[in-house]
Formats: sequence, C-alpha cells, structure tokens
Amino acid sequence: MSGSHGGTAGHGTAPAEEHIPVFTGPTRARLEQLFTKYPTRQACLLPALWMVQEARGWISEQAIGEVADVLELTPAYVKGVVTFYTMYHTHPVGRHFVQVCTTSPCNICGAEDVVKALLQETGCGELGATSPDGRFTVIEVECLGACGFPTPILVDDDFIENVTPEKVRGIVQRYQ
Amino acid sequence: MGYPHPSHPKETVVLSKHFGDPEARTYAGWVRHGGYEALRKAVGMSREAIVEEVKASGLRGRGGAGFPTGLKWSFMPKDVVRPHYLVCNADESEPGTFKDREIMRWTPHALIEGCAIAAYAIGAERCYVYIRGEFTEPWKVMNAAVEEAVAAGALGDDVFGSGKRIEIVLHRGAGAYICGEETAMMNSLEGRRGNPRIKPPYPAVAGLFGMPTTINNVETLAAVPHILNRGAAWYKALCLGNPKSTGTKLVSVCGHVQRPGNYEVTMGTPMRDILYDMCGGPPAGRTIKAVIPGGSSVPIMTLEEAESALFDYEGVVEKGSMLGSAGMIVMDDRTDMVYQIWRLARFYAHESCAQCTQCREGTAWTTRVLERILAGKGKQEDFQLLLDLSENMTGKTICVLSDSCAAPVVSGIQKFRSEFEAYIAGAREPSLAAV
Repeated sequence: MSGSHGGTAGHGTAPAEEHIPVFTGPTRARLEQLFTKYPTRQACLLPALWMVQEARGWISEQAIGEVADVLELTPAYVKGVVTFYTMYHTHPVGRHFVQVCTTSPCNICGAEDVVKALLQETGCGELGATSPDGRFTVIEVECLGACGFPTPILVDDDFIENVTPEKVRGIVQRYQ
Repeated sequence: MGYPHPSHPKETVVLSKHFGDPEARTYAGWVRHGGYEALRKAVGMSREAIVEEVKASGLRGRGGAGFPTGLKWSFMPKDVVRPHYLVCNADESEPGTFKDREIMRWTPHALIEGCAIAAYAIGAERCYVYIRGEFTEPWKVMNAAVEEAVAAGALGDDVFGSGKRIEIVLHRGAGAYICGEETAMMNSLEGRRGNPRIKPPYPAVAGLFGMPTTINNVETLAAVPHILNRGAAWYKALCLGNPKSTGTKLVSVCGHVQRPGNYEVTMGTPMRDILYDMCGGPPAGRTIKAVIPGGSSVPIMTLEEAESALFDYEGVVEKGSMLGSAGMIVMDDRTDMVYQIWRLARFYAHESCAQCTQCREGTAWTTRVLERILAGKGKQEDFQLLLDLSENMTGKTICVLSDSCAAPVVSGIQKFRSEFEAYIAGAREPSLAAV
C-alpha cells in the first residue's frame, strides 16, 4: 500500500545495550498508585507503556520484559499490545518526534505539501526515517482531531495548528 | 460559539459559551460561571429522578450513534450488587470532528461535572475518561481540573458532603481510531488490544471488567449539568420542529470554508445557515461541491442535498446521509473526489483492527482498487468490484469500521461517477504513480 505510516518503518536493529529498569523509585511509586485505580494490574498496561516511553524515548524488547514482569503478564502478550497502538515506538526515534496529519480534511487543505516541507527542512528525507543529525523523525498520521486548523502537527507533546509549508522552517528551528 | 470566531447570531450557545476563556478552566472560575450547582443538586436527588429528567430532555448520544441517553442509563441494573462503571469516550478520532477537544481544553469542569452526575445516576463510583493519546493539551488541562475538583470536594469519598463516592480516572489512549468504538475502548482500558467485542452481551450487562458499564461521549455528558440546572422542558424546547432531535449540537466545520471552527446550533437548523452564514461559505471564487456532514464515516452529500437539509438526526438521513458526530467536511470545486475517497479508504485500511476478514481484506482491497484508478490503470469493471466489496463490508462485521469505509465509496460512485470515469478513460492525468 502506498502512503507509508512511518511508525511501522523500523530502521536498523535496536542497539543491544543493558536495560536499566524503569520501574524503580518514584516511577515505581507512580505505578503502585495506578494499581489502586484499576481492579486488575493488566489494566495498567497502557499507562505503564507510556511511562517507559517517557523515560526511555521508546519501548525496547527488554522494557517489554520488565513491563510484563511488573504487571504479571507474558512478554509476548505485552508485545502484542504494544504493536497494536501506533504511538508506542518500538525502535529509537529522533530527539524530536513529528507527527503530521494528512487525512482528508487536512489533505484538501494542503497537508501533503507540509509533509514535503518537513521532510526537507528536518533533513529526514523520507517518512519514518531519522535525520542524520538525530534531531528529527517525521511520520504521517491519521487525523489529529484538529481538522478546523489545518494542518496540525504534533512535535513531541507540542500541538501546533495551522502549519503551512512557509511556516515549517521557523518551527524546525525551534527544536534543537 | 464558532470558536475560534465570535459567536454568530444564528448560533445557540450553551456548551461553547466559555470556549476561549481561560478563567472557565479553573475550578473557581467555573463556579463563578454557575458551575457545580447541578452536581450539588444531583447528589440530593434519587438516581431514578436524574435518569427520568435526562430521558425527558430528549438528549441523544453526541458521539455519532444518537442513542437516547436517558434510556441507555436506564439499562443499568437498579441494584448495585457489583461495581458499575461509567466510561467517558474522549477518544475523538473521527476525521472532521474536533468538538470534544475544545470542551476539554476550555471547559474541563463541565465534563467533570457531567461525568460525576452520570456516574451517580447509573450507580457507579468510578468513571474512566479515555482521552486519545494525541490530545496532549486536553490531557494536561483535564488532569489539572480533576485535581482541583478533588481538592474542592466535588469528587472523592464524600462529594459535597453527600456521602456519595465518585472518582474520575483519566486514561490515555495510544493511537488507535478503533478505540473510539465502545467495546474496543473497554478492551483497551483493560490493557488489551483494541479489538471490538461481539454484542450481546451489551455493556450495561457485562462491560468493563465484566461489570455493568455505560459509555457516553464527552459532549453528551457536558450537556447533562445544563439539563439538571434548567430542566428537561427547557432542553426539549431547543428544537426546530422535530421533537426527536432536541438540544444544541456542536458542529465542527472544516475544509473549504472561510471560517472553519466549532459552531453550536439548535437541532434542526438549516445546513445552509451553517455553511454560508456561520462559516462564510467557500473561499472567494469557489463553489462547494460536496459535504460530508457527520465525520468521515457517513455518506457524502452533494451541494444540493446539503443545501436542502435540516441539521438534526432525521433531517440529514432524509437527505441521504447521517448526522454522525457532526464533523462537517466541506469540499469545493477544486477537490479531486476520487483522490479524497481513496484517502479515506486508506484511513480505514490503516485503522482496521483486522479481526474480521471483510474489514481487514475489504478496506485494503478497496484502497488498492482506488489506487489503480488514480494511477490511470482503472477498468470499467472496477465500479462493480468496489460496490461488491462495499456490500461485503456493510453489516457483516463485529463493529461498523468497514461500513464506514464503504459509505464514502458507495456514495462517491453514485454521486461523482464522472470523476472516476475520467480517470478510467484516461481523460484525467494520473495523480498517483502506477502500483
């Protein structure tokens, strides 16, 4: 299918480094607090995965193992859930992760030109790839839920509306 | 109000009154605007009386299906022998729809109050608000608001000294359109892949964690405090001739109009008033070609259909489409309909959870056939193939995702066939590379 969604485009294999546990100290305490909000530990899976991604930038095989341990699930089960959801990164990404909406409402307002400008200005070249300086990864996403303000992009946690190709250079410069 | 634009005289501003006002985001500010009066009142009422009031108001689900809210609540068991749950669907992911986002960003306490009242009415002590992962700002605003509401005693073990216990837990999604489907959402909340469940059992019987559960949309819940404050009769009277569709509706308008934004209208408002008076019509020198009135999952309307429709549940059906989530996508005469229908099909192919064959195969196959047409390699037989695929994707799967893929394809072929023909005949330059 054309129109690749970069989230699935893995680049190279994950570096084999020793896994430093995420769920220790205050992060473990946050997780324990979450356990009180749900009748099962399994229900804390999505929040736990968010905590891993917050701490490490992506979710490695080793992190999947750790999550499985703390939630009393199997690694295979956790991996099945991780790969269902597009926002979890299963490989390292650039320091700044850029998501651009190109679904119809934005598409008819010029979103594909915003993608082109972003790929050029960030040096990523193609969707899902990380720029050679490691600063950016750009992916196309389906509907960001801000259709009245085309084109919306999400840079890390910053939601930026009304992006046009002309504004892209200025936005890219803000993120080092 | 037509946020980010000023209110238009033809709007009826109830839910959106404080959009853009940072003061309304805070607990103190919300109380100054009359907030939390309805919750104080509710905890002094019987559960049944609240359900009856909401039933009498005529409020229907604002997420897309339009099911009567009070009736849905009445399906919950009367006696609470096992935990009951309320789930607030804040996974707004339907292309064209961006209203719940503004409710959460600007009036988080309206939603919290609505959740608390609904939770009490259905016998639940806990409400999970499932917020889509991409909504980073609403997530922060809602977290701050819940903290404030707990500190003020509006949530917690003893809501406003009534002895009632109501807790709100915010749960962040992680990028999956399908989780906006209520049974997929319950699976996701349980820490599973977001695959929809077969019904029955219905959520009110066996829902989240197997317990009786009600799932309501953000806008639906935000309307509840107004109904308790001003009465069911007031709400029911907000209607222009069709008593089956009452109240106000937020309409998210996007695409080729001069003033895209969120407008709030009385049910039954003529669609032309929304398109031309509120949104200013198409850009200068253009004309509107097509309108998708209820988010991308509903049939495409021609200009003639859109201009003659009344904007309520029945009015839009009468003109060949559905009100859905009221996310209105406007396309002007420059729009390549085949390309945009392909783009929608690609959306559904990407978002299919893949558990039903008709959906997994059908959405991907439809996308490929449309790609072929756009690449100048289409054949006359492709019309029948697309229609056959659509028929096999309609009414045959666990949820309606594949039906939603078929809607723009079938209506697109019916209403804009000449644009497909132009590609097939080679009268139009291919817009995609050959596949």
